[in-house]
Amino acid sequence: MTTAWNGQALAEAIEAFAPGTVISSSATDVWVEPSAISNVCEGLKTRSEFKFDLLSSVTAVDYIDHFEVVYHLTSLPYAATAVLKAKVGQGRTEASVPSVVPIWRGADYQEREVWDLMGIRFDGHPNHKRIMLWEGFPGHPLRKDYVTYDQSIQAPNDEDDE
Amino acid sequence: MAVKTQPVTVNLGPQHPSTHGVFRMRVMFDGEEIVDVEPVFGYLHRGTEKLAEERTYSQIITLTDRMDYVSSMLNNQSYVLAVEKLAGIEPMPRGVWLRMIASELQRVASHLVATGFLLQDLGALGTPLIYCMRERERILDLFEMLCGARITNSYMRPGGVFMDAPKEFWPALDRELDDIVNTIDELEAYLSGNEIVFSRTKGAAVLPPELLINASITGPMLRASGVDWDLRHRDPYDYYDKVDFNRVLHSASDNYARYWVRVQEMRESVKIVRQCIEQIEPGPVRPSFDDVPRLIRPPVGDVYSAIEGSKGELGFYLVSDGSIAPYRMHARASSLINLTLLREMLIGEQFGDLFVIFGSVDLNMGEVDR
Repeated sequence: MTTAWNGQALAEAIEAFAPGTVISSSATDVWVEPSAISNVCEGLKTRSEFKFDLLSSVTAVDYIDHFEVVYHLTSLPYAATAVLKAKVGQGRTEASVPSVVPIWRGADYQEREVWDLMGIRFDGHPNHKRIMLWEGFPGHPLRKDYVTYDQSIQAPNDEDDE
Repeated sequence: MAVKTQPVTVNLGPQHPSTHGVFRMRVMFDGEEIVDVEPVFGYLHRGTEKLAEERTYSQIITLTDRMDYVSSMLNNQSYVLAVEKLAGIEPMPRGVWLRMIASELQRVASHLVATGFLLQDLGALGTPLIYCMRERERILDLFEMLCGARITNSYMRPGGVFMDAPKEFWPALDRELDDIVNTIDELEAYLSGNEIVFSRTKGAAVLPPELLINASITGPMLRASGVDWDLRHRDPYDYYDKVDFNRVLHSASDNYARYWVRVQEMRESVKIVRQCIEQIEPGPVRPSFDDVPRLIRPPVGDVYSAIEGSKGELGFYLVSDGSIAPYRMHARASSLINLTLLREMLIGEQFGDLFVIFGSVDLNMGEVDR
């Protein structure tokens, strides 16, 4: 049976080895300083009390005034899971977060996908290119302000038809 | 006398019969040896995650069918479990048992496709593939009885399934379970101890378990390296805690181990379905529309829920803003993530083994590109 780490407990445990990195926590999630993400992840992976050796998923959400990068971690030895979040790009400026590929290879394609579709830069990614769409595609489609093709076509108004 | 060669870059795909869809790679060869590989994705990208933001929670079920189109039932199951967790829906027992029967049959169908095409790629043209596809076809007939569709099932709903199985489904299911076991026996008799299969698959593309875990690779590929990680056992969703099955493990972590693990997992799936048939009881298959309306409005929040898909951990991350459509949906596609180590697997191998190794990963382009 896997157990999910309590957010507050995890926040305290992270503070113990990386002071000043946790911004806030809830019952399930921990928000950390984006610049400290490599540091925190390295600790979560290697320290004996966590052993989060498998990175389940990396994704991002556009909350209009900021983006949130979400990491779902799994620890095979302890059969435990945890959720780590980082708020980036306040005010929709340049959004970037350090890449966790040096820690977990499994983040490789997932971070490229987040960059491709959400437009969040992963500093230090070994192959920082688009993955689903082609180079030169305008914009990042999963952003909430992205105008899709059918939205961009002006509907003909009645007067023109006559 | 050694012949001097120089590396040459070849483009494989996206239209190529052995790429299981529209996969493309740029491969650099030095003679017959693979020197470098660069996969190119996106030829089947349909923007499922963006489309989901404009659809209601029930409508998205049809989108999940089209992600991994050889295991639609498992996609359905993962998605409805995520919605149930997000909206706090209590599923109906009979619906859950039917869900488990459908998803275990789908796992068999998916592993049959993986095994059949792997043997096809090995050069066993036709026969083993046709045997596997014949059995899969019968499973699809059962799905047709359940929900009227063969591939794009959309069978499951938050709270259960959308309709009960017809009377004639149960005897047909019994017959089919025996047929599946017979087909697996037949496959194993000819292939699991076959000299040619051995020489082509044993010791090919060996990956150490630490590297697999580090690259987030899950499912049969991880279990073929001896890591005991199956979400059905570790994090029992639905009623997997009420059934008894063995976790199939192999220690070699080569192509043969991956083939073998899939074949044995089919036997375990048949066992699980038999136990489901014993334990299923009459009752409603889904909550009434008063309890779970057609337009579900989950409370504000986010949830990640994962199941053991046919290819690995299949998860859905849903963010609700309290409206009838999710604010954000993300699918954790194991087909894409399992390709992370493709380069490591292929470099140094021979050209003839390229598609065998590629086939042993078992990927589905619908899920890779979404």
